[in-house]
Amino acid sequence: MIALSIVNISAAVISASTPLLFAATGELVVERAGVLNLGVEGMMLMGAVTGFAVTVSTGSPILGILAAATAGAALALAFALLTLTLMANQVATGLALTIFGIGLSALLGSGFVGQPVPALPKLHLSGLSDLPVLGPILFGQDALVYLSVCLTAATAWFLKRTHAGMTLRAIGESAESAHSLGLPVIRTRYLATLFGGAAAGLGGAFLSLSYTPMWMEGMTSGRGWIALALVVFGSWRPWRVLAGAYLFGGVTILQLHAQGAFHLPAQVFSMLPYLATIAVLTIISAGPWRGRFNAPADLGKPFRPSV
Amino acid sequence: MWFKVEPRQEASQAVIYATPVLAVALTVASGYFLFLFLGLAPAKTLYHFLISPTLTFYGWSELCVKAGPLVLIASGLAIGFRANVWNIGAEGQLTLGAVGAGGIALAFWNETGLWILPLMCLAGIVGGMLYAAIPAFLKTRYEVSEILTSLMLTYVATLILGILVYGPWRDPLGFNFPQTRMFTDSALAPLILEGTRMHIGIVVTLAVAVGAWVVMARTVIGFQIKVVGLAPAAARFAGFSRNRTVWFSLLLSGGLAGLAGTFEVAGPIGQLVPHLTPGYGFTAIIVAFLGRLHPLGIIASGFLMAISYNGGEIAQVEDRLPQAATGVFQGMLLFYLLACDFLSRYRIRMAQREATSS
Amino acid sequence: MHDERRTPRLALHEISKRFQTVVANDGISFSVAPGQVHALLGENGAGKSTLVKIIYGVLQADEGQILWDGQPVAIDSPHRARAQGIGMVFQHFSLFEAMTVLENIALGLDNAPDLKALADRIVTVSQKYGLPLDPGREIHTLSVGERQRVEIVRCLLQNPKLLIMDEPTSVLTPQEVERLFVTLRQLSDEGCSILYISHKLQEIKDLCHHATVLRGGRVVGECDPAVETARGMAQLMIGAELKQLTRRAAVTSREPRLIVDTLELRSNQPFGIDLKCISFEVGVGEIFGIAGVAGNGQNELAQALAGEVTLRQPSAIRLDGKPIGHLGAEKRRMKGLCSVPEERTGHAAVPEMSLATNTLLTARNRMGLAAQGFIQIRDARNYAARIIRDFAVKAGGPNSNAATLSGGNLQKFIVGREVLQSPEVLVIAQPTWGVDAGAAAAIHEALFRLAQSGTAIVVISQDLDELLVVTDRLAVINMGTLSPAIDTAEASIEQIGLLMGGLHGMETEARLDHEDMSNVV
Repeated sequence: MIALSIVNISAAVISASTPLLFAATGELVVERAGVLNLGVEGMMLMGAVTGFAVTVSTGSPILGILAAATAGAALALAFALLTLTLMANQVATGLALTIFGIGLSALLGSGFVGQPVPALPKLHLSGLSDLPVLGPILFGQDALVYLSVCLTAATAWFLKRTHAGMTLRAIGESAESAHSLGLPVIRTRYLATLFGGAAAGLGGAFLSLSYTPMWMEGMTSGRGWIALALVVFGSWRPWRVLAGAYLFGGVTILQLHAQGAFHLPAQVFSMLPYLATIAVLTIISAGPWRGRFNAPADLGKPFRPSV
Repeated sequence: MWFKVEPRQEASQAVIYATPVLAVALTVASGYFLFLFLGLAPAKTLYHFLISPTLTFYGWSELCVKAGPLVLIASGLAIGFRANVWNIGAEGQLTLGAVGAGGIALAFWNETGLWILPLMCLAGIVGGMLYAAIPAFLKTRYEVSEILTSLMLTYVATLILGILVYGPWRDPLGFNFPQTRMFTDSALAPLILEGTRMHIGIVVTLAVAVGAWVVMARTVIGFQIKVVGLAPAAARFAGFSRNRTVWFSLLLSGGLAGLAGTFEVAGPIGQLVPHLTPGYGFTAIIVAFLGRLHPLGIIASGFLMAISYNGGEIAQVEDRLPQAATGVFQGMLLFYLLACDFLSRYRIRMAQREATSS
Repeated sequence: MHDERRTPRLALHEISKRFQTVVANDGISFSVAPGQVHALLGENGAGKSTLVKIIYGVLQADEGQILWDGQPVAIDSPHRARAQGIGMVFQHFSLFEAMTVLENIALGLDNAPDLKALADRIVTVSQKYGLPLDPGREIHTLSVGERQRVEIVRCLLQNPKLLIMDEPTSVLTPQEVERLFVTLRQLSDEGCSILYISHKLQEIKDLCHHATVLRGGRVVGECDPAVETARGMAQLMIGAELKQLTRRAAVTSREPRLIVDTLELRSNQPFGIDLKCISFEVGVGEIFGIAGVAGNGQNELAQALAGEVTLRQPSAIRLDGKPIGHLGAEKRRMKGLCSVPEERTGHAAVPEMSLATNTLLTARNRMGLAAQGFIQIRDARNYAARIIRDFAVKAGGPNSNAATLSGGNLQKFIVGREVLQSPEVLVIAQPTWGVDAGAAAAIHEALFRLAQSGTAIVVISQDLDELLVVTDRLAVINMGTLSPAIDTAEASIEQIGLLMGGLHGMETEARLDHEDMSNVV
């Protein structure tokens, strides 16, 4: 019995963490390139509604997932156009992106509220998935979960080991220097922003297709913002962001289970993820390790090459 | 022939004030195609959406009711935005302000007196301020981004309100609906015009907007806020404390959001319910930007946003336009505004361009 | 050695470049022979930096032609420039603080080998040219001189045929300059051409085979620096009879006005410098200089003196005996200490605001431009107009935005804003950084007059020549510690250079030994 519930809880934690991991990994790449996109919440919602609508309409979760990534990237493209080409303020544009994404996703999804959706296929690895305890936790998840971890690993490898990753980091450190060396600042920032959008879209799709699974207005309920906080928490390092995402997934699931155990209003527990975010940000910023000093030096600074 | 983009040495004032008009025009044009895409008659829907709310006197009075809280909140937010203090949790501060004011109204439910409403206003302001003090403290003490903390606290605020109206503050005679008792007359904002829902809060809002204008245009503290926002190093050099500016901006915008919450519960709502507003705290961000962070511009843009709310409701009834269209309109407007701002900072010229070298 | 009769390595033909209303380069033509060290000489704003950015492909010329080994080429990006064999060492280095030497070098190479092989090549090349470097270190741990080595090695790895050096010595100690010149001569002997940008005449005489002089975006002369006198080159550069700044008579009164007493400050910046035990005194009417290579704590010291950072120990700074170390910038100003920070735009002035509004930054209380919290905008306008008149600032008027002024005019306005307040103490950082000779002379004269009236002035500058002319005494800051003060009249460049290189720790010990001895005797 106990073993079973540990298995269930662990699997649920992984599931709850996955949308955060997608979105935070995407935003990490964006920020390492020196761009601050606060529109993660809006891009996740667009991913969630598009993924859901396309899956319901076509019956194909694969198409749905692809559409979700595309929708997130499309919104990110609008952000990139405004901030990188038209030099708009990144904070204001990010807020606009979120407000717009909330509105547009609600509009597009108004016909899909309450509809059922075919479940995502579980990836069944013969042998591994049948292992006791570990099997269901680690190998009984659906394909997007594995994709999210692979994405983190690939991001870590890309940033650390490839020339393109090094270029991206350099551009986040000093766009001015990078430009004078002939590194493609604007192009790299566009690509990073699009990647961040696609990843946020995938995170949203996981929510509406696997985690809940259904579509509801504003269903991300702040996960986009938590993902932004996770990037700070992970001090802009992919594996630390992964650890942070799983920690938050844990808090989310624990508060759900704790609701039955204590005689307190359910809302008290629902506050926990938000309060935990604030607490964690404070600890990271105040701590002696001074995590915020890892922030890319040019984060959020506009850059326009003179021609 | 090429287009040549050149930065302007001074932002063009004419263009700065023209861009909101251009942004509105582009939004309306996009709305036309959006409605077409949704299978609606675009011209008719746009008419219901934008014109209908302004056709009657009662329609204007309703616009005032909606614009009031938007302008009140945006006046505070705009001052913060000028100082680069990004309070995006006004919705939460509004909620806590409403909780404070509602607490007073319920505590003195059996009393009558002219002192109750002012006390509620005070409690509302204090509630909003206290809630805004959390991000202010974390920002000034630990450099935690006020963007993330103020937003997270918005979710928490909704849950706090939920605890109260589902729990201890629930109306004992309310058939278990999650709402408090209706406030007594002493706890309601007096109407300024019979037959409308316009209340005293609208007068207060006007006074606040004018006050904000004087502060920003004429006082040293207004100058301080602008310098902190434009050039933090120059502010330090001038002896202006960034931390005090952060505290001032957050407490001011939090207090005004709390006051807006007070007038919502003491005005059109008349009690505490789980969802107090259709997102005034967020829409006020758009109002602030669209009004160019200028108190008088904010009044104009507040009315425009009020039209989008009331017009959205009319079009919902008349054309079955989904309610979410209002949000899309608002987001789109902010997008276009930010894009059009490019024109005030850069000049686009047709230029003959010759080959650099053969 | 270079041979001027052969096909030039680089030839520019009628290069022009405009930025909106400003013509930065106007029909510039000259050529650089293989192995030649070619000086590009000119004042700030003469168009040197724009020109070399065009050669390196960072900017595109509006008109004109570039010939490389006699063939016309289009250099539309730094990649193309590097492919031709052009390397460039930037004045403000194009380095990434949080990344390693190895990564920084790899980023500047177009076909970087794998990092291990590159690390080996870095060590080989840096040894060959006497530029020792550790590929694994992060840039922020390096001194300014070492950072320049990274840039140079990055260029050398590509076997350049032309090396562009933009004001390379402005950040080096005199000894480091010597070492750099050895490397550059070695490169020249190997056939590499060098385009050497500077406004320091002695250096050009020491190093260069040929000089092209720019003024106002045009070529105004060419000469052989070995033959031409420094004075002649300076007049070409400035375009007017050189106004010789004469040193003032030394101040006799040493009644201390500003006392800095064992000032300690930990930096709050990620890669900042801690100030350690800084002490000095400045007398009534004295001008005190603080020399040093950039990045040795000058910014931190300027901020600590101005009150932008407050100190725990009030007595660490005393003005006429009163402790002010704990006070903020405006409170210190009220006590009589005004300051001019190094950075003009965004620090000393807000570019988006009018000149009248900019006076409020420092003069709102001292000059009564605000009362009971309300701005007296008419008074501010009048004060701005007075500064514009007294300091001959070229500006549209008090309502012009600060951003519309040229660097020299804005600096005159900023200095004027403080000088007209007749402070007891003035702290001024880089008073003439990046301004033309006319404005520099005006600023120096204003400082002299202010000192005459009794103000104690602290000048923090990287320009040693400026300090030698302007100051009565000076001290050198290195890694956050300040050397003992020396009389400027008796100072030698070598002595100051050693101090800039960080040798004063040893020297202090030597002096103490000496004092001990004298006590014994």
